[in-house]
Amino acid sequence: MAEIFAYILHKDGKADDTAYELINAAAKIDPEAPVTAVVAGSGSELDSACSEAAKIYPAVWKIDNEALAYVNAEAVRPMLVNIIPKGAVLLLPHEHFGMDLAPGLSIKLDAAYLPDVVDFEGVEGSTLNAIREEFSGMVSTHVAADLSGGVVVTVRPGAFAPDEDAAASGEVVDKSGDAGAAPALMRRYLETLVAEVGEVDITKSEILLSIGRGIEDEENLEIVFDLAKVMGADVSCSRPIVDAKWLEKSRQVGTSGQTVKPKVYIACGISGSFQHLGGIKGSPFIVAVNKNPKAPIFQAADVGVAADILEFLPELQEAIEELKG
Amino acid sequence: MEPVIVSPGMLLPTQILALLIPLAGVGIFAYIIARRVAPLVRAKPDFRFDRIAARLKNVLKLWLAQYKQPRYMLAGVLHILLFAGFLILSIRSISLVILGFHAGFVFPGLDGAAGHVYHVLKDYAATMVFVVAVVAAIRRGIFKPARYAVPEKYGKDHTGEAILVLGLIAILMVSESLFDASKAAAQQQAGVEVMLIAPGSLAWIFKQWLANSSDGTLQGLHMVSFFVHDLTFFFFLCFLPLGKHFHVITSIFNVFFMKLDKGSVKPVRWGVGDDQLDDLETFGVKNFEDFTWKHMLDFYSCADCGRCSENCPANAVGRPLSPRFISIKARDYSFKHYPLKGKFAPHEPLIGGIYEEDEIWSCTTCGACEEECPLMIEYIDKMVDIRRGMVDEGNVPQSLQKPLMAIEKRGNPYGMMEKKRAEWTQEEAFKEELSVKILDGKKEQADTLYFVDSISSYDDRIQEITRSTARVLAAAGIDYGILGKTEKDSGHEVRRFGEEMLFQELRDQNTEAIVNSGATRIVTADPHAFNALVKDYNGLPPVEHISQTLARAVAGKKIRLKPEEDDSRIYTYHDPCYLGRHNGIYDIPRQVIDAIPGIRRVEMDRCRDRSFCCGGGGLMLFYEPIEETRMGKLRVEMAKEAGANVIVTACPFCMVNIEDAIKTSGLEGEMTAIDLSELIDRHLER
Amino acid sequence: MEILVCVKRVPDSSENEIEVKGDGTDIERDDLVYSVNEWDNYAVEEAIQIRDKVGGTVTVASVGDEETEEVIRREMAMGADNGIHLMDDAFEGSDGKGLATTLKALVEQGSYDLILTGAQADDGAGQVGGMLAAMLDYPFASLVNLIEVVDDKKIKVGREIAGGNQEMNEIDLPCVLSIQTGINEPRYVGIRGIRKVASVEIPVKGVSDLGIDAGVVGAAGAKVKRLDYFVPELGEGAEMLEGSTEEIIEKLIELLKAKGGIK
Repeated sequence: MAEIFAYILHKDGKADDTAYELINAAAKIDPEAPVTAVVAGSGSELDSACSEAAKIYPAVWKIDNEALAYVNAEAVRPMLVNIIPKGAVLLLPHEHFGMDLAPGLSIKLDAAYLPDVVDFEGVEGSTLNAIREEFSGMVSTHVAADLSGGVVVTVRPGAFAPDEDAAASGEVVDKSGDAGAAPALMRRYLETLVAEVGEVDITKSEILLSIGRGIEDEENLEIVFDLAKVMGADVSCSRPIVDAKWLEKSRQVGTSGQTVKPKVYIACGISGSFQHLGGIKGSPFIVAVNKNPKAPIFQAADVGVAADILEFLPELQEAIEELKG
Repeated sequence: MEPVIVSPGMLLPTQILALLIPLAGVGIFAYIIARRVAPLVRAKPDFRFDRIAARLKNVLKLWLAQYKQPRYMLAGVLHILLFAGFLILSIRSISLVILGFHAGFVFPGLDGAAGHVYHVLKDYAATMVFVVAVVAAIRRGIFKPARYAVPEKYGKDHTGEAILVLGLIAILMVSESLFDASKAAAQQQAGVEVMLIAPGSLAWIFKQWLANSSDGTLQGLHMVSFFVHDLTFFFFLCFLPLGKHFHVITSIFNVFFMKLDKGSVKPVRWGVGDDQLDDLETFGVKNFEDFTWKHMLDFYSCADCGRCSENCPANAVGRPLSPRFISIKARDYSFKHYPLKGKFAPHEPLIGGIYEEDEIWSCTTCGACEEECPLMIEYIDKMVDIRRGMVDEGNVPQSLQKPLMAIEKRGNPYGMMEKKRAEWTQEEAFKEELSVKILDGKKEQADTLYFVDSISSYDDRIQEITRSTARVLAAAGIDYGILGKTEKDSGHEVRRFGEEMLFQELRDQNTEAIVNSGATRIVTADPHAFNALVKDYNGLPPVEHISQTLARAVAGKKIRLKPEEDDSRIYTYHDPCYLGRHNGIYDIPRQVIDAIPGIRRVEMDRCRDRSFCCGGGGLMLFYEPIEETRMGKLRVEMAKEAGANVIVTACPFCMVNIEDAIKTSGLEGEMTAIDLSELIDRHLER
Repeated sequence: MEILVCVKRVPDSSENEIEVKGDGTDIERDDLVYSVNEWDNYAVEEAIQIRDKVGGTVTVASVGDEETEEVIRREMAMGADNGIHLMDDAFEGSDGKGLATTLKALVEQGSYDLILTGAQADDGAGQVGGMLAAMLDYPFASLVNLIEVVDDKKIKVGREIAGGNQEMNEIDLPCVLSIQTGINEPRYVGIRGIRKVASVEIPVKGVSDLGIDAGVVGAAGAKVKRLDYFVPELGEGAEMLEGSTEEIIEKLIELLKAKGGIK
């Protein structure tokens, strides 16, 4: 059986949530296969990320290179080509870095590429069977990848449960030498422009009242802000609301916005794209209000109400006001 | 006999001067007009020489009789008085000019008794005009009605110009009166026969006041007042084309050439047929010169009175549109690029120049501005033309691109499948009660085609209205059917949002489907579809709005209505723009409502041709305007103020906007909206 | 600047549900309306804007059957200068790598400074751009939401990364970028625009024109194959509150209070 490698994202010395998910994704491919974490970066932040990875993975490969202080897919790619054995399975998270690195890496490894996988059905002979979604999750497909030359897989964040125990005690092996020197870069990182923090920091909110397309019109925002006020909640939103410029970017929940962990998350008129769900998976209690009872948000929510938010929210507000006297 | 006073026409030097002033004045005026006409010559064609009788009738009613003026009572009456005075005094002023070099000149026909009558008339006219000018100046200078204010972004205030012109008018009246008064006073002192001066008039007051003045003073006043009048008159004439008072000259032409077909949309280019449109290099209005000459004349004719903007719903909700400044900004553009002296400036694009994109998309084409304009200035065709230019450049907001593409691909703005167009007939309860024929002209035939259109086919809430319409049609014993999936969006807003070619495709497809259906009459419950079929389509069987069908059914006792049971309900009827203003159907829907025994109905302040647009239909539902509040919200408040708690509409878009406004205004439970078809359906005696 | 934009024709799924055929071999396509992939449309708009600023040409290429010509034409109506239709039976069943191989052959026939793709498609996963760049040894950036031309050797590129932040990079030309929605406001293409380019010749190229071996593209060369379509079984999902609005609200408030959802 092929070896499995998991590419670990990390920031400020801490492993990304996906590091805990890829180990379970690997287990779904083949519970018997050896799994090695690959962590690239530089300096003490890299070391602490490696120690964290060692708690999750039985083996950790470290690539330490000053050129990777800000990890650039173009710099990492040849190093991975140098160390990943032929025929291996390499898992990466399907997010902005994975999307930069994985397709080109598959070419350089002459491996198959399976993008945005949500589940695996295991290995059959020299085929890896996986499940993908198409058309915003309206349909799913079974896909088969030829494993003989190895496979690069990007795994959808949140699709696999995280490893809660993190009870491994992996050994960190320094592969920096084998990985080789950094190439001359044709793409050079300049800086990160941080999104302006708005009036509220929704990542710190305990209660979030979040709105999506169901709000229909900018003026209806008032309804939500009024309710938020009586509940003591902050208002967040899904991407279309920011695209329409009705709320500032800093209020956007989802993979291209903020990841939030409130005690209670109330999704109002949000259908629940996977990008949005990716931003709320840490919420212990999710309420969804949507007039379409088939909306995917109800799959992710704990409690659902099938109602038009424009009618439902004002009534809810009235009831809460009454309660509070 | 020695004359008691020497008039300018008696002495050679003053005669020469009095001849030079009009020569120079007329010369300068002719030059200015020639410069002003320059852009009109470069403009696009406009066919306005047809139906002369109708046009002359409009001139009599709207220009001479100032029919629209009293819609604003104080300003209107002041204007009528001023206008009437001007008409009377124009003869006097011209004869006065001629008197300067031709002593004793009298217009043919104005000697003798007629002359006396005219003289009295002109004395009072001058007095009246003087008083009106003073009152108007006080109103403009001290009370400053809000409607004249110019928001900073639109340009400079014109109060100064208004006061100046009123001052000039006052000077003309005073000098004209002094000219006669000084002569009459001199005659009185000399004991000769005193010329006729109307008692109590301005001239009469001056005459009394000058009774004891010396000969020299009177002679001086006589001469000076003549030349003051002469100079002021020609200064005034040449000043008119420089600003908003150009309307004094252009109004008669503007009314004569006014648009005669309300609710229609002008062709892309006059004289270019639909089949030749592909050959046009460019579409719509992108530069000032792309306007038609009549539209430029509109700009010149704007009196900056602000009535359009005061009635414009887009302006009322704080959208970046004020129709008045559509005209004024274009007029100023014209003045700047076609200056009185020097070379004409090269043209600059209108969008991003004098107009903003959102300004142009903000218009719901409700027609309130055009209804109000005393000068019959057109706005909708200009909006459509500018939008055509923007569509041609690809400059369309993202929020409108989606529904437009969906209409192109699927025939409806929602992108729903064609086969679902008749799904409203499949609702469980309805299906058991009625089956609606889908006309194909062969197996399934009917006399009447019910043209449903997109919103009534696909929108969940509006489908209820659609089913009510079907039920009342059946109750009235009408043999009807629908087109089903061969029906496309009527294209009413597609056309008015500037996508002419897409509209034409829809029109052609619908026309073919309608003709193939074999129906001999068409009925629709959607005023937008109604207006499209009547004004934008050709070669169709007669088209009716459901309110007309219902009125006939009620009058012919085809349907019987139960009395209104709930006496707490007070109804008010909201005139949909495309039924009312654009098609003049005001009374018929009211008759239908009032046919319900015991129903109580009140009128809103803004009703009939002053109805306030609910927010617009068709593509306007998709547009995301910049606004402070919503039109529907204001409309619901108006209904509330009128004491109503049920708003009756006769348009699906009004229903969407008004129900939405009731929700967002927190008036649920207090206020409801119902469509005319639903109201009748509910009161059907079955 | 010579710009190549790779576009794809996809079914528009925004308003109508995508349904799977009974045997799972495909989705129900009869009633679907196709258009250009939304992300690709942003890429074409971006290319046109860059060309209008710095000069050059925009070429739109698409791999697909006869119907694909329609989307190429639409993008030309937007303002692209040239269209290339890559059509060959051999392309059928291509995986991402097969498409990238085809496009690589096309790129090598021209001299493009900038190659754009959409960041993703409804029925894809945003892989072709990165693969193409690796095959050509060009630099690549995904999820691009800003492009600034610095000079004819390099550009500045912004990428959409987590937290709403933007990662700025300098990239040497030639390069491949995958474009994220929102980078611009694509212009409208009306019927008139499409009619204007209705008779423009769009060259069709197959494997032999591109000089590629039919065995490396299409189903023959695919390492990844879609086996079927299915509708995933839904999990348990949320506990749906039922009853009258008052009852629902009462239950919801109870739950919210218990979970700390009302302060």
